[in-house]
Amino acid sequence: MTDTPPRLFDRQLLARRRNRAAPKLADYNFLVRRAFEDMCDRVDSITRDFDRAAILGGGPGLVDELGTHPAAAKIGWLTQSDLAADVAASLEAPALCLDEEALPFAEESLDLVLAPWGLHWTNDLPGALVQINHALKPDGFFAAALLGGNTLTELRQCLMTAESELTGGAAARVSPYAGTFDMAALLQRAGFAMPVADVDRVTVRYDNAFALMNDLRGMGETSILADRPQKPASRALFVRTAQLYAEKFADPNGRIRASFDIIHAAGWAPHPDQPKPKRPGSATHRLADALGVKEKSLGEKAGK
Amino acid sequence: MSDPQTQRVVDPKLLEILVCPVTRGPLTYDREAQELISEGAGLAYPIRDGIPIMLPDEARSLEAS
Repeated sequence: MTDTPPRLFDRQLLARRRNRAAPKLADYNFLVRRAFEDMCDRVDSITRDFDRAAILGGGPGLVDELGTHPAAAKIGWLTQSDLAADVAASLEAPALCLDEEALPFAEESLDLVLAPWGLHWTNDLPGALVQINHALKPDGFFAAALLGGNTLTELRQCLMTAESELTGGAAARVSPYAGTFDMAALLQRAGFAMPVADVDRVTVRYDNAFALMNDLRGMGETSILADRPQKPASRALFVRTAQLYAEKFADPNGRIRASFDIIHAAGWAPHPDQPKPKRPGSATHRLADALGVKEKSLGEKAGK
Repeated sequence: MSDPQTQRVVDPKLLEILVCPVTRGPLTYDREAQELISEGAGLAYPIRDGIPIMLPDEARSLEAS
């Protein structure tokens, strides 16, 4: 490990947060479930079976949910992992505890990898994607869902305003996120064929900002930024944040809105039989002939 | 440690596909100790209640034993 990427997130803290959240994780994982159902739909739309599959992260309840989905018929053997040992112990499939940044899977050992959640907390997302690609057999399929884009933009804005009002400065209290385009590009960079990415924008409504923050704790999704403020935030900060939130982002009935952008990304481990674009200028037949029209030159030559 | 009789056993298919996350080398399954041993890394990864804990921080160093 020579050129390590900057350590943005404290993953040991993430493991502790998830361990603490483990007993009630299933009560708070509505966003993961929504994302995972979409991922299962994607798997179901593929006309092949997957002998060996791994689910990275996501927590309890997903394997049971998969069991009721048509995609289950395509999947043979299945394992599920978590960074936190207590969460791994609560999983339904053969479970293991692993760090997505140092995958313990042999080369070309899996046909399908699903990563619902978790990848938005990796310090080295490109590195994690490369490792997933290597763990897949040729023509293996990978799909991920992670929080990205404008997730929690309202909370971020209110925290910043409140903190600068109270202290004259503002610390990063909400983590940075990858965008949709970033994910497709990262998949391509990690060697995946035919990468796609899209976003599922979800607005969740809460009574107030405290209820939102309570939910984030329940999901085990509170900030694990490595250079987060060492002093816990003051109560005054949260009270002011909640006030600002209610002023700026409330519905007429007083309930507040919280945005979650679930970024879905998928790609294939390369295989010679996959469709590939031909080199520009390598056509052997004229399009004009096929269409029965006269070709008009635009004064350009392809492939130059 | 709970009674080994009541523990879940690790899934054999899982053992087939696991490698050491540090060296990416092979692992040896020690059934008695419930550990996965990576000679290359000098680490023994514990298996707790059938769940392999593939985290170097949680592994036992072989030199220290």
